[in-house]
Amino acid sequence: MAAKPKLYYFDGRGRMESIRWLLAAAGVEFEEEFFETREQYEKLQKDGCLLFGQVPLVEIDGMALTQTRAILSYLAAKYNLYGKDLKERVRIDMYTDGTLDLMTMIMGGVFKPPVEKEETLASVVKSAKTRYFPVFEKILKDHGEDFLVGNKFSWADIQLLETILMVEELDASVLSDFPLLKAFKTRISNIPTIKKFLQPGSQRKPPPDSHYVALVRKILQF
Amino acid sequence: MPGKVKLHYFDGRGRMESIRWLLAAAGVEFEEKYITSPEDLDKLRDDGRLMFQQVPMVEIDGMELVQTRAILNYIASKHNLYGKDLKERALIDMYIEGVADLNEMIIVFPGHPPEEKAAKLALIKEKTTNRYFPAFEKVLKSHGQDYLVGNRLSRADIHLVELIYNVEELHPGLTNNFPLLKALQTRISNLPTVKKFLQPGSQRKPPLDAKCLELAKRIFRLP
Repeated sequence: MAAKPKLYYFDGRGRMESIRWLLAAAGVEFEEEFFETREQYEKLQKDGCLLFGQVPLVEIDGMALTQTRAILSYLAAKYNLYGKDLKERVRIDMYTDGTLDLMTMIMGGVFKPPVEKEETLASVVKSAKTRYFPVFEKILKDHGEDFLVGNKFSWADIQLLETILMVEELDASVLSDFPLLKAFKTRISNIPTIKKFLQPGSQRKPPPDSHYVALVRKILQF
Repeated sequence: MPGKVKLHYFDGRGRMESIRWLLAAAGVEFEEKYITSPEDLDKLRDDGRLMFQQVPMVEIDGMELVQTRAILNYIASKHNLYGKDLKERALIDMYIEGVADLNEMIIVFPGHPPEEKAAKLALIKEKTTNRYFPAFEKVLKSHGQDYLVGNRLSRADIHLVELIYNVEELHPGLTNNFPLLKALQTRISNLPTVKKFLQPGSQRKPPLDAKCLELAKRIFRLP
């Protein structure tokens, strides 16, 4: 029997959260090992599991995979969430690259000093409203379908939902001008695996707080 | 007749250079339409041709693709440079993401204020010698093959060799302690398509100079 995928990271969102979302949405059970000390992290580095000395690390199918996008692409392809052909895949890549850019700005923002953090997060909300969300609203409008690509649930839908929820945590009104995204949010949230992931007690992690920031700084020493 | 591949960017390396390398290595002819002013960029945006208002943008197979990674993934898949199965692809992706992380530092380096440059340059050297080059040297040593993945040329080899050249321009001689990387660089450089690309007169762009940097800042309305 195949072992469950095992995730090695901090007990928080960071760069691992998109991977948790994808696994959960695909209905794949996974285990997690959380770093609480610098020693744990150094041990993993010394054991040679981290190709570039960095996490996220996911052990899956006999591989020690690092690099967030490599892991996400592998999972998307493995669980048939990557479109039916090259042209669908490139669209999924364009959309997920865009949303991952936005989420990465939020991730980085929380580690900045207070004034810069406020500026970064405000800039993310503005970017979401003026650059990213209009694009996805238009895509949904143009084809009138339930999912972003190929009239079928894909990684692009999962990541867009994750992004929407993350930006809404910064500004609850961010979808006010985007009716189709609002409907999309409801629809994707109601998919059984995602609904389960959104409930308390799941492996979804809460927004980063000062404790999380301190923990990561301690372990990664910056 | 299908249209040629057409690249929309300014006349410089930036984020388009990896795409030029991959197309050239794959033997794919391409045209370039240079953005020479902020108005050129505005026009592309106003015409709705840039999905997220950004370049690179590549016209290929009836599509207008944006996002560097999406473009590279498409070209690599189309030209059989992405491994033979999912697991090879995962390895390739892991390697090229590492390459992209270091290359990112090099791409943005010219834009740093003068007082920060020395520190950034030192950081590039440190990461190259302590993190990235050792990782790839180890991969090559572990299987003893000519290419990084699957005993066959893939995009991983091309992107890594491009990176090696980029690093050498900033820090000559850094490959001296990495014999397998040096051998890979020689081997890939001797592939007919790559050899041609490395010669003067090709579509390969020179390192960013002060004039080019000013142009880029003006086009993208950067401070």
